[in-house]
Amino acid sequence: MKVPLSWLHEYTRPDMDALALAERLAMTGTEVERVLRHGVAALDGFVVGRVLAAEQHPNADRLRVCRVDVGGEAPVQIVCGAPNVAAGQTVAVAQPGAVMPDGTRLREAKLRGEPSEGMILSERELELSAEHDGIMVLADELMPGQPLAEALTIADDVLELEITPNRPDCLAIYGVAREVHAATGAPLAPPPWTHDPGSMGPLAGVEIAVETDRCARFTARVFEDVTIGPSPAWLKARLMAAGQRPISNVVDITNYVMLLTGHPLHAFDLDRVEGGRLVVRQARAGETIDTLDGTTRELDPDTTIICDAQGPTSIAGVMGGARSEVHPGTTRVLLESATWDGPSIQRTSTRLGLRSEASARFEKGLAPEQALEAQAVATRLLIDLAGARVAPGTSDVAGPAGRWWERPPQPIRLRDLRVDGLLGTPVDRERSAAILTALGFATADADDGLDVVVPHFRRADVTREADLIEEVARIDGVDNLPATLPARRDAVGRLTESQRLRRRASDTLAGAGLHEILGWSWSPPELADRLRLGADDPRRRMIRVENPMSADQGLLRTMLVGSLLDVARRNVTRGIADVAIFEAGAVYPVARGTDPREPPPREPRHLGVLLTGAARPATWREPQPPAADFFAAKGVLELLLETLRVGWRVEAATEPFLHPGRSAAVLVREGAGDDARETRVGWLGELHPAIAADWELDRVAAFELDLDAVIAAAPGAVRYEDYTSFPEVRQDLAVVVPDDIAAGEVVRVVREAGGPLLASAEVFDVYRGEQLGEGTVSLALRLAFRSPERTLTDEDVSARRAKIEAALAQLGGSLRA
Amino acid sequence: MIDRIEELRAAGAAEVAAATSSEALEQARVRHLGRRAELPNLLRGVAELPPEQRGAVGRAANVARKALETLIERRGGELAASELDAQLARDRVDVTLPGAPALPAGGLHLLTQTQREIEDVFIGMGFNVAEGPEVEHIHYNFDALNHDAAHPARLRSDTFYVADEVVLRTHTSPMQVRAMEQQPPPIFIIVPGRVYRRDSDATHTPQFHQIEGLAVDVDITLADLRGTLLQFARAIFGDERQVRLRPHFFPFTEPSVEVDVSCFNCTDGLLADGSRCPLCKGTSWIEILGAGMVDPNVFGYVREYGYDPERIQGFAFGMGVERIAFLKHGVSDLRLFYDNDLRFLRQF
Ligand SMILES: [Zn+2]
Repeated sequence: MKVPLSWLHEYTRPDMDALALAERLAMTGTEVERVLRHGVAALDGFVVGRVLAAEQHPNADRLRVCRVDVGGEAPVQIVCGAPNVAAGQTVAVAQPGAVMPDGTRLREAKLRGEPSEGMILSERELELSAEHDGIMVLADELMPGQPLAEALTIADDVLELEITPNRPDCLAIYGVAREVHAATGAPLAPPPWTHDPGSMGPLAGVEIAVETDRCARFTARVFEDVTIGPSPAWLKARLMAAGQRPISNVVDITNYVMLLTGHPLHAFDLDRVEGGRLVVRQARAGETIDTLDGTTRELDPDTTIICDAQGPTSIAGVMGGARSEVHPGTTRVLLESATWDGPSIQRTSTRLGLRSEASARFEKGLAPEQALEAQAVATRLLIDLAGARVAPGTSDVAGPAGRWWERPPQPIRLRDLRVDGLLGTPVDRERSAAILTALGFATADADDGLDVVVPHFRRADVTREADLIEEVARIDGVDNLPATLPARRDAVGRLTESQRLRRRASDTLAGAGLHEILGWSWSPPELADRLRLGADDPRRRMIRVENPMSADQGLLRTMLVGSLLDVARRNVTRGIADVAIFEAGAVYPVARGTDPREPPPREPRHLGVLLTGAARPATWREPQPPAADFFAAKGVLELLLETLRVGWRVEAATEPFLHPGRSAAVLVREGAGDDARETRVGWLGELHPAIAADWELDRVAAFELDLDAVIAAAPGAVRYEDYTSFPEVRQDLAVVVPDDIAAGEVVRVVREAGGPLLASAEVFDVYRGEQLGEGTVSLALRLAFRSPERTLTDEDVSARRAKIEAALAQLGGSLRA
Repeated sequence: MIDRIEELRAAGAAEVAAATSSEALEQARVRHLGRRAELPNLLRGVAELPPEQRGAVGRAANVARKALETLIERRGGELAASELDAQLARDRVDVTLPGAPALPAGGLHLLTQTQREIEDVFIGMGFNVAEGPEVEHIHYNFDALNHDAAHPARLRSDTFYVADEVVLRTHTSPMQVRAMEQQPPPIFIIVPGRVYRRDSDATHTPQFHQIEGLAVDVDITLADLRGTLLQFARAIFGDERQVRLRPHFFPFTEPSVEVDVSCFNCTDGLLADGSRCPLCKGTSWIEILGAGMVDPNVFGYVREYGYDPERIQGFAFGMGVERIAFLKHGVSDLRLFYDNDLRFLRQF
């Protein structure tokens, strides 16, 4: 909302400059986006002139050489290109040195050989209107040499306000004036609709019918003998400063009244209203209308329209129809001022792509009382500026809900205790009353506070005690409150166990040299195909965004590996060859049997790791470190899961996007003893080379886990195990097994056979060689035996070892000496 | 005989003193005290001497041998020390070469770091951390937060829709209602998380992070909000900071305020060189968040869970993590946060 200060000053004039006023408004709840200067920056050099003579330029057909009295000792010569310049005119002159609104400084010049000491101005050159057909002709009473600012508003400060959606009353000059009055204490002039030159009572010749509850009130007045023409300069200047293009007097008046009162109007050419009858109703499917922007628009039953005998002639509150538009020959005007249902206006304007100043006001919900306020101001201006004669009477029709706004309003009790209790500081009751009165509320004393009646223009916004407290608080400065802290009572702030472990997981990965990334939550539609997910892979079931900003944001991700690959690719193409990254974030799976149009029952937090390039940074000692491979990723996985104290293992398993020989499922163990069970929580592997190549990457190793499931398997408070009372017996064991038996399986068999006395068994060497023979592998294991109850004897250990050896033999293994 | 012993001792002593390496010393030892050396053999031959000579010769030979042994040991110590010094000098490294890293330096994303920093401040003030869904029903995202049917945030131009009544949450505020459904007052929570709006330029990304705050009890006041946010601002931006509350409008708080923190980049809006501060645009205040007292209508949606708006009251606030990170670290283009260039990530 642009508020020219000169216009505001007609209703209230606080004793402060534009910047101070802006600051005061900001601190009372009206945000000022900026303070603009409209028109010229400085008034110097702009004077009234009188054209003494205007003669043809000797060298240019389109130019005249004028002698102009600008109040000096002798007239000056000005070359002018306007076709309408003539001797005897009183004109606006910019003299050399004047700075034009676009910032250029005027100089003495020669035009086609003739010297010119200044410029005779058009309205557009002063930003007074868009008119540039000719120079501006001023009233003859003005004296040559008089400062132009005395005749015209050629410079104005304009406040550009950001009005919050609850305050449509401030989408009006007078509404802002009321706000300024309350915020500064400057007196407020009576509203511009105080004296209505029109009359109420029946209106002859026009019939109105309201058939829809989307219209609370429809008022109409008729004006005869209207002369369509340009608006006067002052009105055009105000519209320009407020950001509206002047068109012609009747249209300009409707815009001017809207800006002043906050209530939009629509003017019909009454001679083009067929049948003299207007019906307000919902459109029928298939109906069309030609709107005044020259487009044919299809209507639907959600659209409210105004019809005459020939059908739709206006889209209520949004845009008029071409058929009944006011035109240069119009002499009879029907002026509509109606109250529409906000949400339906918003839907219609959005659907038709027709958001206008009018619809922006209607959609916030205006009060029915405002309809006649706007009629009153418009009536005065049509009489004064368009030579109109107002027909007696006003058509004033209520919608199906009746004239509910005429019922006496219920006061709201504003309790002193509640004001103090909510703000945390005492507020004087009389001060509250004074603030509310300045804002247009009526107050009366009550036992424990005030009884407050809300004015119609705040009816939608202020309905409860809390709303009144806000009014008091914002004017007296929420900024003057003390700074206190809540009594915390039972509140103890801490992270939950799972939040702590999630932080730990990220910290561990960062400590292992990985960088955390934050990817987008969405997934491009082609990702599932690029990862070769099977047709019934559950990760293909993704939530679809109905209105994404671009196609590649059309789905919500069900895995993190896509964004990890994208980030890796981006870095590698930018010349950063070694990438070790992770992401911890939600995915949005659609569980089988659930409706993808409902929020998913669970948004699991995943943790994804991706390594490509060197496994370690190259150093002067190791200029060519090995490439990150399966085991590099598995090392990171081990570090992570061991840090979280989660029991886990991997087993060979494939994923469609992984190297078939270098991929595994990750399983974690939940619970202990007989209740223990294993859950598959993710995958680990090298990307399939073809898929890595699709991202322009070489070898990529990665894993992705359901972090929530991993953390659910974490043990909580760990119990101490005695390791000091009895010594541990360590032994090594080497076994040759067929190549297709996984090391993990060997360890599992050893552990099982070793029983509770076997405290640990780990592979510390793997050997393949000719001596062993084709298809076999030698594994060296380190065994540790320990009892919490006694020192183990040689017999204890050899008995367990015998069982282990027997079990290995059963597996097809043979012991090496 | 005695004279001979003295000669042998003197010769041995001279050779030991002249030895400049452990090997030379060992050679001297072998020559003078080894199996074939004269002095030990002389000592062994004492028994064959006439008895009256035995005592004096034996003593003298023994003394001479001990003296030589002592000299050798001492000289050996000296030589070992100087040889070690020489060895260490040869082992010298260029200490300015880069270390062989135990592990390369990794790091958390700047937004995670910022989020944790903010979380920790509020945890210290007694708040817990609550988390909620990102794909959210409009009941929680708009309706129960008192957004009227025509609120522009509901428009498809502003908000991502998954279905007619399901959106990608546009703020972390829906968790206010969810948390109150789960727990009676008093409640002190912050809600960090991802949120989504249809906006994309240097100062907006369609996905970003917010931290919501909610404190509800029987007597929480707007002054308490001010005090809490003052503590927060000082913890994050420095002890000298002030906060300023400006009235504003949000559907789910009443009264509503926007909160500014005094600029930490300038003095009264001017930099040291007299130019206008770009951070606060010369106003000396920087907007950091929106806040207010929880609207009674919001409590109305959770009244059955112990939130009678006549009996309880509280404050709520919401801030953008990207904005705090931008202010603290000068990241001028928010899109950098999601570009994930390692040259960016490694800086923090
Ligand atoms: Zn500053």
